[in-house]
Amino acid sequence: MTTTQAGVITERPQRRAIGTIATKELRETVRSRWFWLWTVAFAGLAAVLVTVALPGSEIDGYSGFGRTSASLVTLVQLIIPLMGLTLGALSIAGPRESGALRFLLSHPVSRTEAFIGTYLGLGAALAAATATGFGIAGLVTVAGGVPADTTAFIWIALLSWLLSLAMLGVGMLISTLTRTSGAALGGAVFVWLVLVFLGDLGLMGTAAATRMPVNVLFGAALLNPIEAYRLAALATFDSSLDVLGPAGSYAVDTLRDALVPSLLAVLTAWVIAPAAAAWFRFHRGSDV
Amino acid sequence: MIAIHDLTKRYRSNVVVSDFSLEVAAGESVALWGPNGAGKTTVVRCILGLVGYDGTIEVGGLDARTQGKAVRSLIGYVPQELSFYDDMRVVELLDYSAALRGLSPERVDEVLGTMLLGDHHEKRVRELSGGLKQRLGIATALLPDPPVLLLDEPTSNLDATARDSVIRLLEDLRHDGRTMVVTSHHMEEVGMLVDRVVAMENGRKTIECAPMDLAEELGIRAWLHLITRNGATESAVEVLTAQGFDVRPNSRGVLVEVSAQAKGRAVAALLDAGIEIEDIEVWR
Repeated sequence: MTTTQAGVITERPQRRAIGTIATKELRETVRSRWFWLWTVAFAGLAAVLVTVALPGSEIDGYSGFGRTSASLVTLVQLIIPLMGLTLGALSIAGPRESGALRFLLSHPVSRTEAFIGTYLGLGAALAAATATGFGIAGLVTVAGGVPADTTAFIWIALLSWLLSLAMLGVGMLISTLTRTSGAALGGAVFVWLVLVFLGDLGLMGTAAATRMPVNVLFGAALLNPIEAYRLAALATFDSSLDVLGPAGSYAVDTLRDALVPSLLAVLTAWVIAPAAAAWFRFHRGSDV
Repeated sequence: MIAIHDLTKRYRSNVVVSDFSLEVAAGESVALWGPNGAGKTTVVRCILGLVGYDGTIEVGGLDARTQGKAVRSLIGYVPQELSFYDDMRVVELLDYSAALRGLSPERVDEVLGTMLLGDHHEKRVRELSGGLKQRLGIATALLPDPPVLLLDEPTSNLDATARDSVIRLLEDLRHDGRTMVVTSHHMEEVGMLVDRVVAMENGRKTIECAPMDLAEELGIRAWLHLITRNGATESAVEVLTAQGFDVRPNSRGVLVEVSAQAKGRAVAALLDAGIEIEDIEVWR
């Protein structure tokens, strides 16, 4: 037996521990059924959508490359948030339930290191899924002879990843607030329904019923990260945003050149705030 | 090596550990013994900083609350089971634990060898028997060659053979100078594994004694069924009654109530009186 030099152990977060946890998280996620279910669904639907977007047809008023991108944005709005939310929801509640989190934290690892490692590992897995989906869609687009705007395409893919990170943070926050993985998953699906369906349809209904001023409608839409993503992604290849109606026109007229940076700031805030709240909740510590 | 003072742990209004204090010297092995729900595992989790608590805990002079990482670097922890990593291979799990501690892969090979897990290193955790799983848990704890081992019910889910094997392994570890804290509800095994027993009930320390005195302290009695030869039952009753034993004759011999730690006295009394004993059964 040797005596470990405990004095040299620092309580500050260390890259080695974070990297080890992130690598394991990425490896485990990539091996999981959940991940493959989402990745195959996303990539498969992306390929199908791009293929059926026949030349001459219009989707949401767009044609050509814009049509391909618009169809991908619509798909991302549905699948990527659910993917991020479910991965995040299972990230802490699951290991806590099984005892794996207790085993991890019995090592000389802080809660901050465990949280950051988990976040980075899952974020990398989401990047892989997003890249796979967009990569396949890009290949199909090029094979179909549609001239592609590579920069815009990569930009939309990056925005999609940003959206997935925002949803991952929300999912992890749900995970820290629930005791079981079942409850966390239920919470994640509920939030997804609220953001994807009730947020959009509810806002439209309220706006129509109350004759909501367009600036309020636009502000309310921005509270929803999925709407912020949609506006930012569509603005990439259509600077008018007429397709979004009065709110789109208002956004372009009011914010002009600041539109995309503002939308990016909203998305970034959605990436940071829920993740920070989840870290705070995890760090301050419920028992494991 | 471990100093716990006035430890109290509450889950909302439910107090699971109350005013618990314990000092464990370097190289000493101590058992936290008691029924399920006594608070033994909670004490271990407090030492590891896995749960919040009131009171103070020091390991190697370091405060477990403010220097948690440094404290955990001194500790090897063996959980009740490793089923949460069922899909990992044995070597992957050890590599992961070693990487978290900044240890080299060579150390993993060493531990695989010393813990006799070399032939199983490519197996998934779920493919291991209960005994091998526990051996893997102990291997994981021994990776950093820690001065302190915390073992949470190390034999609770094992069959008799696996249990014997794990107990032999832990006996070896006990004698190589480590400080050990073992939680258990098996009275027999704490006698083999530790220098001192702390009995707990409802979150409180009730008894602190040497393992051999535990049964006596708890007032636990045993019944010995002494099967005598050649119809010596009446003589046996006379001899044992004269010695102050509570004796009940039956068709094969006598049932004698004895102290759990002094069963030999009744046997010796009969042998001294020239009464042959054919067989002995212990009834609790």
